[in-house]
Amino acid sequence: MAKVLLIADHDGENLNPTTPKAVACAADFSPEALDVAVFVSGDNGVADQAAKLDGVSRVLRIDNPANEHCLAAMLAPQIVKMAADYTHVLVAGSTFGKDLMARVAALLGVLQVSDIMKVESDYVFQRPIYAGNAITTVEAPSDQVLCGTVRAASYQAAGEGNSASVEDISVDAELPDHTRFVSVETHKSDRPDLQTAPRVVSGGRGVGSGENFDIIYKLADKINAGVGASRAAVDAGYVPNDMQVGQTGKIIAPELYIAVGISGAIQHWAGIKDAGTIVAINKDEEAPIFEVADLGLVADLFDAVPELEQKLG
Amino acid sequence: MKLMVSVKRVVDYNVRIQVKPDGSGVVTDGVKMSMNPFDEIAMEEALRIKEAGNAEEIIAVTIGEQKAQEQLRTALAMGADRAIHVEVDEDIQPLTAARVLKALADKEQPGMVLLGKQAIDDDQGQTGQMLAALWDRPQATFASKVDLDGQKAKVTREVDAGLETIEVDLPAVVTTDLRLNEPRYVKLPDIMKAKKKPIDTTSLADLGVEAAPGLKVTNTAPPPERQGGKKVESVDELVSELKNRGLI
Repeated sequence: MAKVLLIADHDGENLNPTTPKAVACAADFSPEALDVAVFVSGDNGVADQAAKLDGVSRVLRIDNPANEHCLAAMLAPQIVKMAADYTHVLVAGSTFGKDLMARVAALLGVLQVSDIMKVESDYVFQRPIYAGNAITTVEAPSDQVLCGTVRAASYQAAGEGNSASVEDISVDAELPDHTRFVSVETHKSDRPDLQTAPRVVSGGRGVGSGENFDIIYKLADKINAGVGASRAAVDAGYVPNDMQVGQTGKIIAPELYIAVGISGAIQHWAGIKDAGTIVAINKDEEAPIFEVADLGLVADLFDAVPELEQKLG
Repeated sequence: MKLMVSVKRVVDYNVRIQVKPDGSGVVTDGVKMSMNPFDEIAMEEALRIKEAGNAEEIIAVTIGEQKAQEQLRTALAMGADRAIHVEVDEDIQPLTAARVLKALADKEQPGMVLLGKQAIDDDQGQTGQMLAALWDRPQATFASKVDLDGQKAKVTREVDAGLETIEVDLPAVVTTDLRLNEPRYVKLPDIMKAKKKPIDTTSLADLGVEAAPGLKVTNTAPPPERQGGKKVESVDELVSELKNRGLI
C-alpha cells in the first residue's frame, strides 16, 4: 500500500492550480495515506486550502522563515527527512515541482519519474517523451522511495469537499545558505491564467503584429478566456514568452481552444493535444492545424475574429 | 574560472519521430541527430561568459555512444577549448548522468556547470538539479539571464508566475531555458579548427561511477490520434456549432 507525501506548490497566498490536479493523481494510487506538505513562512491560509481537497488525509504545515520563497535548495533537505515515512513523494510538474523534486530524488539517491500522466499501479506509470509525440509505459523499482512529478494537464482537479486535519510539524534539517531569493516579477493580468483557463484564445504569426493582438485580447475578454500565442508569434516579438503555448512553452488542456492565424507546427500541437475542442481560424486552407481542429474556419482572421467577438455573448 | 558544459546527442528537433511498431522505442536509425537545443544555449552562454573575460576555459562533456563525439566536435567548433567523452553504450538514467558530472566536477573544479533544462528526447529535466544535489551546490534552473559578480551569480529564472531572480554562490549549476540567448552559427574555419582540439575519452568505470537502477521502459506507443473535425463555412455557423456543443 502506498503512503504518499505530496508537496504543495503555492505563492504564499494561494495553492497553485496544478496542486489539486496532482492530488487527483496521488489519489489514483489508492493510498492508505495521502499527506500534503505545505512549506510556509507564517500562516497564510494555504494549508486550509489544501485541507479541503478530496483524498487528502492530513496537511502537514512546516512553518519556517527559511521557507518563505520556497527555494528548492531550502525545501529539499527538509523533504528528504520527511520522506522516510512514505513510499511515494510527489509534486505537480510546475516549474516549482520540476526544480524541486529532482534535487530531492538525488539527495535520496533514487530515480525520479517525470510527468506522470497515468498511474497503472504503484510503480507503473505512463509518461510522455518527445514532447508527447510518444507515450512510454515505465516501471520503477519498488524497493525505494518513488519520487515523481505529475503532468497536471492529464488530471482534473480534486474536489473541495474534504476537511482534513492541519498539523504543524517541525523538520530538523541542515539548510544551506548558498542560494538567496532576490525578486520575482509576476505578470499581472486580469485575464484568466493561461495554464488553467477553461477557454483559451491564441494568436500566431498570422496576426502580424503586437498591435494586431488587440483583436485576440478582445475576443478572449468577451468569452472570459486566457490568451496564448504560438512560438512564431513570440519569436516575432508580438507578445512575451510567458504566453507561449507548445513544446517549448506551456502545455495546456482547456475545454475550448481557439487558434487564430496559427499554422499548427508540431511544436505548437504538442502544447494543445489534450484540449477539449479545438477551433482553428486561418486563411490558408492547407494549414496543418485544420487536420487536427474539431472546427475549422477558412477565413481572413481580421474579418472573422471581430465578427466572432460581436456575435458571441 | 573553468566552465563545464554538458551536451547530449538527441534526435534533431525538426524530425517528426516515429514509434517502432513493436512498441520497443522510437526509430533513431538513419535519423538526423543534433546537439540538444537547450544544451546549445548552455554552450553559447558559456562562450559569452568567457568572451566577457569571466572565464578562462570551457570544457564540453558528453555521455553517450561513440557517435556522440560529433556533438562534442560541434561544441568545440562553437568555441569550447577541450572536450570529454564519457563513453557508454546504453541509455543512462539522469541520476547516473549526474553522478558522472559530479565525478568530473570534482576532477575539473569548474566555477559553473551549464546544461539544458531538459533534453528534447526523454524530456525528464532532472540532470542539472541532481548534479547540484550530489555536488551540494546551488542550482539555478530555467535560466533566462545570468549575471556574474565575482564569486556569485544572479540568475533570472523563467517560472510559471513570471521571472524570478535568485543569487547563488559559485560554484553552481545553471540549467538553461529558451530565452537565455540565441546560439551562434558555426563557421567552416571553426569546424576545421575544432578537429585539432583534444577530446579525452573516459568511462563510468574510470570515473568510479556506478550506474543507478533504472526506470524500465516496457512499452512505447504513439499518442492517441486526433481526427480533424468539420470545416464551417461562416462565423455564424461557427457560433451555432459552439452553442450546440455547450462551449459558449
